[in-house]
This record gives sequence, structure tokens and C-alpha cells, in this order.
Amino acid sequence: MIRAENIFKSFGENEVLKGIDFVFEESKTNLIIGRSGAGKTVLLKILVGLYPPTQGKVWYKDKELYSLTKKQLRHLRMEVGMLFQGNALFDSMTIEENIRFPMDMFTEMTYKEKNMRVDEVLERVSMSGINNRFPSEISGGMQKRVGIARSIVLNPKYLFCDEPNSGLDPKTSITIDELISTITDDNKMTTIINTHDMNSVMEIGEKICLLHEGKLAWQGNNEEVLKSENQELHNFIFASPFLQKLVDRVGAKNI
Amino acid sequence: MYYKELVRQMYDIGLGSLPIIFLISIFLGAVTVTQFYYQMDGQLIPTSFIGYIVRDMMIIELAPTFSCLLLAGKVGSNMAAEIGGMRQKEHIDAMEIMGVNTSAFLVMPKVLAAILMIPLLVVVSAFVGIAGGYIASVPIGLFTHDDYVTGLRLFFNPHNVFIMFVKAATFAAILTSVSCYQGYFVKGGSIELGEASTRAVVYSVILILVADYIIALILT
Repeated sequence: MIRAENIFKSFGENEVLKGIDFVFEESKTNLIIGRSGAGKTVLLKILVGLYPPTQGKVWYKDKELYSLTKKQLRHLRMEVGMLFQGNALFDSMTIEENIRFPMDMFTEMTYKEKNMRVDEVLERVSMSGINNRFPSEISGGMQKRVGIARSIVLNPKYLFCDEPNSGLDPKTSITIDELISTITDDNKMTTIINTHDMNSVMEIGEKICLLHEGKLAWQGNNEEVLKSENQELHNFIFASPFLQKLVDRVGAKNI
Repeated sequence: MYYKELVRQMYDIGLGSLPIIFLISIFLGAVTVTQFYYQMDGQLIPTSFIGYIVRDMMIIELAPTFSCLLLAGKVGSNMAAEIGGMRQKEHIDAMEIMGVNTSAFLVMPKVLAAILMIPLLVVVSAFVGIAGGYIASVPIGLFTHDDYVTGLRLFFNPHNVFIMFVKAATFAAILTSVSCYQGYFVKGGSIELGEASTRAVVYSVILILVADYIIALILT
């Protein structure tokens, strides 16, 4: 369980987050949704320890993230995997070296053991056999899969994904969502995904928090989304004119 | 991991900069000889003194300062752009998540590699500059081989070599740390990255010249 407690974050005069309180549930796929500029990425980076909040606390069970000692933080880092929006694969390294990187930093495994683990996770994301290729030599969808492989290589307890579907076609997006959801279930991870993809919301959102202008506007799960009367949620979901027309014609409950 | 990065940086800074250092040093030596010959023409100073002047000019000032000003442009802007690009592509964030002390991992190998390699480049520059002076003068008959070599052997003071190494190491530390700082803390997009790269060069050049003066005051 990860708990955000009264999180405020400002960049200069610009207050991005305004008192977020939310519990991300254990072994579930938690979603942070909202329009661009709502503060999703900032919240995710605060949760993962990259941006200290201006005010507030982040709890990993009973440990407060920003009060940990260096040693404790390093230990916690071993339990965290993150998929970045742009994948953040290191251009100068092969796929194998990219995936091996967290093991080089955190483990005493032998070279052979590390390579075996690389093969395992590549197989897990259906990307076997691309070990010696460079990130620039594979497609965006493949890079996402490799990014996922790197983020799960240490069997983390917590997986953070920043807009995993950005820049992908709808079919690949669905595949990536399914992959993250399956990995979450199989490894019993607490996954936090930052997205504005409605398909992700409806398919994998076991717990959802909607951010609007830096505030928590709604929380619930994917079954409650269409039943909610919340205006901000309604505006977010039916931002597409096509969906709005569909709703006008058949009614939200029939979709 | 850190050792591998150090070796990569040493290779990039050292071997990567060798051709350009070689080229400018030849011309530095050549221009120094030609202009001193012009200034001393008709005066009662033996032409053999030109070799002595070129040697000490190259060792004390031209090799360390010119080389490092050039490297501030070549290596410094490259470092700022490389680290800044990593910041923008979230590579630095990814490293933080993976437990890397990014400032140590990205900055220290570069600073250390520069402090190790740039003094060697400066030594090469000094030798090549002196050779450049010879090539520009003796073959076209400005003065004789014996005049030049005699000058090179005059009044040699090993303290000047010490000054050269102090300058080279100091300038190396300045140009790498300034450039890495500018890249590491870059914010925004490609325009800001370009600005950071420019700042890296400009600030490095200014600080190198200030340090040059301070070292000259202290050590001469």
C-alpha cells in the first residue's frame, strides 16, 4: 500500500498539486487519470521519490519516503520499478545491457545469472532474441515492452508507469495494458499507472484517482466510472465528441 | 560500471580530441615563430632566441590555455548536451530509480577523465607547437636549424613545465565541472538545451581565463 498524505507541490509560483490524499491499494492496478497538465506526472514522480513534495508525506506501508536514510532509500529502490513515458532506455547500451543495468546496480549476481534473468524477462514481454539490438533499432511498441522488462527485472513490489500508452496505436496500447495488468496479477505487485487513455481506465483500472487542476476530483474503480455523477469525471470521459454523441443516442448505462 | 564509464570518457576526451589539438598546435607554433621573427627583425637580438621564446610560450601559455579554450568548445559543449539530453529524456530519473548516484556517475568520470587526459593533450600540444614553429621557419629559410635548436635549449626552467601541468589540470576541472553543471540542471526543451550548451562554453572560457591570470600571479 502506498499512501499520499496531503501532498502539495509548487514550482515557483505555480502550484501544481493542491492537497492530494489518496491510498494506492496493494496488489492492484491503480490509475491516476486526468487531462494534460492536471499534475499526474508530478504526483507519480513524488510517489516514486524523484520530486520532494512542497508539503505532505508519502507512505510505503509504515515508512515515510522522504524521511528514509540513504541506506533505507536504496533498499526501497530495489522494490520499485518504473516505466517512463519516453521509455528512458539508454541509447548507447544494447537491450540486454539496458535490462541488466538495475541488476548491475543492486545485485551481486554473476554475469551468467544476469543474462539468464534478462532472457527470462524478455520472454515475459514476448521480446526474446533482441538482446543485442540497440533501442534505436526497434519500434516504439517494442521499446515499451523492453522498458517494462527492465522495470520488472528485479521483481519489484511496486511498479510505476508514466503514460505507458502514449505514442502507441490503439491495438498496441491494449496489448501493453494487458501485459502490465497480467504482470501485476502474476507478481502480486502494486502498480500505479498514470494515463489519460479511456480504454486503460475501463479495462484495467481497479482503483482510480482523477486529478483536476491539481486536486483530487474523484476516486473509485472502473465499474463506478460510468455510473458516477461527478461532473469533472464526466467531462474527462466524454471529452471526445464521438463518445458524447454515442452517449446522447444510447445513454451512458447502455455503453 | 564507474570504471567502464571513466575509460569511455578518457577515450573520448583523449583520443577524440587529439586530431584537433594536433592541428591547432602546429599553427600556434607557426604563427608565434613568424610573428616574433617579424617583431625582432632588425633588432640586436639573436634569432636563436625565437626558439627559446616559442618553447616557453607554448609551455607556459599557448599549449595549456589555447588547448583548453578549444576543448571548452569541443568537449564542454558535448558534455552539457549529453547530460542535458539525458535529463530531458528522463534517463537521469531512470538512473535515480535504479539506485544510481547520478551526479557521481555522470559527472565524476568526466571530470576525472579530463584531469587525467587534458594534461597529456597539453604536452602533445606543446611538442607539436614547437615542431610547428620549426616547420614554419627553417624550411623556408627564416633562420637555420641550428639557430632554432639552440634557442630551444636556452634557459630551460623545469618550473615552467610544472606551471603547464597546473594550468592544464585546473582548466580541465573547470571546463568539465561547468559543462556538466549546465547540462545536469537544464530545464525545458531543445532551445534551453542549446542555451545550456552555449552557457557551458562561455562560462568555461571566462573562468579559464580568470584562472589563467590567477595561476600566473601565483606561480610566476
